[in-house]
Amino acid sequence: MAIEFKPSPSLPPPVNSVGAVAWLRQNLLSSPLNVFLTFFSLYIIYLLVPPVIEWGLVNATWSGSSKAECTAGGACWAFIGVYFEQFMYGLYPEEETWRINIAVILLVVLVATFAVKSVNKLYLSIAIMVVYPVVAYILFAGGAFGLEIVETSLWGGLFLTVLLGVVGIVASFPLGVLLALGRQSNMPIAKSVCIVFIETIRAVPLITILFMASVMIPLFLPEGMNFNKLLRVLIGITLFSAAYMAEVIRGGLQAIPKGQYEAADAMGLTYWQSMILVILPQALKLVIPGIVNTFIGLFKDTTLVYIVGMFDLLGRIQAASHDASWLGTTIEGYAFAGFIYWAICFGMSRYSMAIERKLETGHKRN
Amino acid sequence: MTDRNMALAQLAPGEEAIIEFNDVNKWYGDFHVLKNINFSIKKGERIVVCGPSGSGKSTMTRCINRLEEHQKGSIIVDGIEMNDNLKNIEAIRKDVGMVFQHFNLFPHLTILENLTLAPIWVRKTPKKEAEEMAMHYLERVKIANQALKYPGQLSGGQQQRVAIARGLCMQPRIMLFDEPTSALDPEMIKEVLDVMVQLADEGMTMVCVTHEMGFAKTVADRVVFMDAGEIVEANEPNEFFNNPQQDRTQNFLSQILNH
Repeated sequence: MAIEFKPSPSLPPPVNSVGAVAWLRQNLLSSPLNVFLTFFSLYIIYLLVPPVIEWGLVNATWSGSSKAECTAGGACWAFIGVYFEQFMYGLYPEEETWRINIAVILLVVLVATFAVKSVNKLYLSIAIMVVYPVVAYILFAGGAFGLEIVETSLWGGLFLTVLLGVVGIVASFPLGVLLALGRQSNMPIAKSVCIVFIETIRAVPLITILFMASVMIPLFLPEGMNFNKLLRVLIGITLFSAAYMAEVIRGGLQAIPKGQYEAADAMGLTYWQSMILVILPQALKLVIPGIVNTFIGLFKDTTLVYIVGMFDLLGRIQAASHDASWLGTTIEGYAFAGFIYWAICFGMSRYSMAIERKLETGHKRN
Repeated sequence: MTDRNMALAQLAPGEEAIIEFNDVNKWYGDFHVLKNINFSIKKGERIVVCGPSGSGKSTMTRCINRLEEHQKGSIIVDGIEMNDNLKNIEAIRKDVGMVFQHFNLFPHLTILENLTLAPIWVRKTPKKEAEEMAMHYLERVKIANQALKYPGQLSGGQQQRVAIARGLCMQPRIMLFDEPTSALDPEMIKEVLDVMVQLADEGMTMVCVTHEMGFAKTVADRVVFMDAGEIVEANEPNEFFNNPQQDRTQNFLSQILNH
């Protein structure tokens, strides 16, 4: 008679391999070198953190109307308080800034609606990608529905930074996808056009492109024909990051096994169907870290518009620190700018990690 | 090929071919991978293609739905000639299901979505109808309870059965199998072969590249042996295994059967 097979029971792991003590031992004190590095790092933290807290919080001055009132010896945050409106909105008329606030709230609400299950995602995407930009443009620029016209030369501060970043990201992404697909395609003309475009743009610094956009292009355009400098700069930034985006996405396309293309072909899907339904969802998921890298790079690169006379967040802060009554507040300004850029970029990074986790569908890939 | 074998690769007069190879030649660069393939398959026939690796058996099979292009000769599938005409290729691909060695399920879609993708987008079947049909085929490959999982969560044998169901969802007239069990663990081969045998019993036209000689013996109407890009011998299984005509075939059979 056959003996019934019973697997041995699973035992709990040894005590010293779980819990806080084990964590300490494994991560901080696992070898003499690690013990040294741990205590050395603690010493560095001890040297750096208390003075920074003292300067930034304990001895800081939070209100006042000039640098002279900052007498506590610490940071002069009063400077940020006084110029806060300008840092956020640039020279946008104060009584009109509600338009920017509404546009931002509207965008946040629309994007948050994605989390609601019962909403039709297609209509929502159309609302965000097609309707929202028109509404936002009317709100920002005015000239319709009784809204006062606000020249784009007055747009500035964090508003301009975010506008350049968001438009650059939203426009460069689809363009990058098309360029990557073009570069991979079998059609010789489309392929060469994409390669020439990508390689040319990547070989040129962004500053050059911004100069081209703001200074050179008007010289070549016929007399009387001119279009907005902000628009030219936006196009420059978009084309620039699209070239980088294309190469990141091409990496993802190359990582998809040939079998996926073949399976899609064998089912009778057309080229665009197989790209949109099968290849791109996988390829883009693979390169989310690279895509977000490009987004973050683009967002920080927008500070370069200072060169062509546009005052984004950093530009406004620099300009304000030249104010005679606030001389000597450069550090506070840069610290503030640094914090805002860090918060936004860190947010993007965490958001991308959340998306990656959400899209994870099992470890095996074939 | 001898005249006798030639005759077995062709059909008797009056029989209608669903797949026809006429003098098909194919090159990869300078490498002549298919040499003068003349072969006809009639509706409902089960063909097993075997041969050493690099003999062109996969390539020949993949020419049937034009995953590979041939450079000379003609291939006629279901009355439609395979050429550069995209319309023809799309029409054929609707009617020919394919199962790959490495399954090639779409890892970002659930099992159910894998099955309904082509019916919905290629055949324009309404989603609900496509899902019902998908569940029907999943029942048949005995895997309906996994419909909402992702391919990465299934075993190799389960994945391959899903792949077969995915092919069937297009309600094809022909099913191609390109070494469907070669990437599987031994204990999972049987569950896939069982599904294929069941399919064969229902009268599906099948072209199957495989080394499973047991499957060939029980299921095939004809076994085709290829070597170096040529069809060396084609015969009904009994004759093929017991009385191979060519030295090359005898040699191959002795290598794979006696170990």
